[in-house]
Amino acid sequence: MTIKATATALLCLASLMGTTASADPARQLMLVNTCVACHGDNGNSVGPAIPTLAGLSPNYLMGAMLAYKYSDADELETVIDADPAFEDVEAFSRYGTIMNRLASGYTDEEIKMIAAYFSDQEMHRPEQDFDSAQAKQGKKLHAKYCEKCHEDEGRVAEDDTGVLAGQWAPYFLYSMADFVNGDRDMPKKMKIKLQEIQDSVGHAGFEQLAHYYASITD
Amino acid sequence: MKKLNRRDFIKYGSGTVAAGAVTLGAPNIALGSTKKVVVVGGGAGGAIAAKYIKRADSSIDVTLIETNKEYYTCFMSNEVIGGDRDISTIRHGYDGLKKHGINVVIAKATGVDHDTKKVVTDAGDSFAFDRLVLSPGVSLKYNVIEGYDEAAAEIMPHAWKAGPQTSLLRKQLVEMKDGGTVIIAPPGNPFRCPPGPYERTCQVAHYLKHNKPKSKILVIDAKDKFSKQGLFTQGWKARYEGMIDWVPAADTGGGVTSVNAAEMVVSTDFDDIQGDVINIIPPQHAGHIAHVAGVTDDSGWCPVDLGTFESKMHAGVYVIGDASAAKGMPKSAYAANSQGKICATAVVASLNDIEMTDPSYVNTCYSLIAPDYGISVAAVYRLAEDRSKIAKVAGGLTPSDASQEALQREVQYAYSWYDNIVADMFS
Repeated sequence: MTIKATATALLCLASLMGTTASADPARQLMLVNTCVACHGDNGNSVGPAIPTLAGLSPNYLMGAMLAYKYSDADELETVIDADPAFEDVEAFSRYGTIMNRLASGYTDEEIKMIAAYFSDQEMHRPEQDFDSAQAKQGKKLHAKYCEKCHEDEGRVAEDDTGVLAGQWAPYFLYSMADFVNGDRDMPKKMKIKLQEIQDSVGHAGFEQLAHYYASITD
Repeated sequence: MKKLNRRDFIKYGSGTVAAGAVTLGAPNIALGSTKKVVVVGGGAGGAIAAKYIKRADSSIDVTLIETNKEYYTCFMSNEVIGGDRDISTIRHGYDGLKKHGINVVIAKATGVDHDTKKVVTDAGDSFAFDRLVLSPGVSLKYNVIEGYDEAAAEIMPHAWKAGPQTSLLRKQLVEMKDGGTVIIAPPGNPFRCPPGPYERTCQVAHYLKHNKPKSKILVIDAKDKFSKQGLFTQGWKARYEGMIDWVPAADTGGGVTSVNAAEMVVSTDFDDIQGDVINIIPPQHAGHIAHVAGVTDDSGWCPVDLGTFESKMHAGVYVIGDASAAKGMPKSAYAANSQGKICATAVVASLNDIEMTDPSYVNTCYSLIAPDYGISVAAVYRLAEDRSKIAKVAGGLTPSDASQEALQREVQYAYSWYDNIVADMFS
C-alpha cells in the first residue's frame, strides 16, 4: 500500500470515528453483531419482511427500540422525557412480534449505541419486483400526501422520518397495516393523510405506494 | 481527532479500511510473524467465526477447514421434507468466504496436535495455528438405540444433518401409500435444534394432509416435554387434528430403545410398532473432531468459558455452536451465529493482547407449523457475573393468543431471517 493510500485509509477511518457517537466502539460492535444476523450486514436487510435499519436517523431508531422496550405508553413517555439524549425522540407505540420480546434485553445506553451504529451505515436500496403502472400511481400519491414530510421521494432520514424509498415493500405494507389498524401510533398529520389516502383510493393506495418505494433503487 | 494507535484500529475493526490500517500500524506483523487461526467446521458457527475474525483483523491468516464442498443448512430443511421448498435453496458454497481472504480447505479434519499446534486433515495436510476454533456441530450416536447404525440410517433416515438424508426422507414420504404411518422418534435432551422434531412433525403433517390425508404420524418421544410444546400442541390441533399422536417417554418407558430396519419396526420397552416411514433422530454429542481434540468432557459436549468460548480443557482452543456446552443457550443456528461473533472478538482480542469487551448474545428461532402459521422463541442474554451461565435477560415465545396475521407474519420473518443469516454466513 502506498503512502497516499494509507492517508486515504486514515481519513476514511477518521470520518467513521467522527460520526460514530460511541465512546466504546468494541462494545458497540458486539451489540450490533447480535442484530445483523436478522437485519443484514450493517443493517441492510436482504430479507424482504425484515426492515433495513442502515441510514435511518438515530432518533427514529431509538424511538423504535424504546417503543418496543417500553410497551406501556406512560412509561415510554417518562423514559423519553427523563433523558436529554432522547430530547428529539418521539414516543409512538409500536406493534411487534419479535422485537417487542427482544428490546428489553438492552439498556437505554445500549439502545443509543445500536441506533448510532445503524444510522451511520449507508442504506443500500435493493432491486425489488414492482409493477410500473402501480408505481406510477404510487408516485402521484406520494407527491400529494407524503412528500411534505418524507422528502426527496422518501429518501431523507435527517428529519427523523422513516426512510421510505427503497425500504422493503412487504415490511412497508406491514407497517401501513399496523398504522391503519391502530396498532402503531403516528403523528396527527400522518393520521390525517393516511385517512385521506384511504378515502380517495382505499387500501389499494398503500399497495401503489409500496410499488413506488420499491421502484426506487438510487 | 485523537491520535490513533493500534489498539483503536483493532477495536474499530469492522471493515477493510480499519483492518488495512492494522497491518500498517503494526509492521512487525506484516513482516513475518503472521498470526494464524484455524477454524474447523463451516456451518452456522464456524463460517461466522472465520469471517468475523478476518474482518476485525485482516492481518490474521484464517483457514477454514470444512468436510463438504457445499453446505446444506439444517434450518429450513424441514420445509424440504414437507415439500414446500427445494433442497437447492438450502445449499450454499464457500466462494463468499474466500472473497474475504479466508483460506477455505475442503477436507476432513482428523487430528489436532496441541504440542505443535497443528490440525491434520484426511488429505494428509497440516495447518499450524496460534488459535483454533472448533465448530463441528454434532455427531450422531449410533447403536445407543439398538440396531440403529449407519446402515439403518439409510432405511430409517435421521435427516438431522441436512443434505442427502433430507432428500431421502422426503423421497420416502412421497413414495409412501396413503393411510401409512410415519414414525418420528425425537431424542432426549440435549440435542441440536430442540424444536426441530416438532416442526418436522408439522411439515410432514402438512404434506400428508394435502396429499395422503388418511395417514398418521406417531411421535415416540424420549422426553416428557419439549420446546415450544404449548404452541406446537395448539398448532397440531388447529391444523392437523387427528393426524398426530405424540407419545411422551412416560408412556413407553423412555421412547424407542431398538429398531429393526429390515422389518421397519421400532421397539419401546412395551411395544413393537410398525411404520411405513421411520425417522429416528438419535442421541447426539459434540462433533467427532472435538473428541479427537480432547476438548469434550464426560457429558460428550465441550466445556468452555462462557464469555469467550475458549475451551476449559485446552487454552487457545475455542468451541462454538452445538458442540459447546453453552449453558443457558439452546443448540440453534442463531445461537451458533451469536457465539461465533463473540468467539471471533475474543480470538482477535487475545491475539492482539487487548481486553475483550463484554459479550452480548441473542437467539431467534422460528418454527413453521404451516405455510401461513409460524411461531418463534427469541431471547437476549448476558453473561452471569460469575461466568457460570449465559443468562436470559429478555425474550419469550409467540403468545398463545397471537392473531392469524401475526402467525402469518412470523412465517415471512422466518424466511427473511433465513435470507439474512445465510448471507451473514456465506456472503
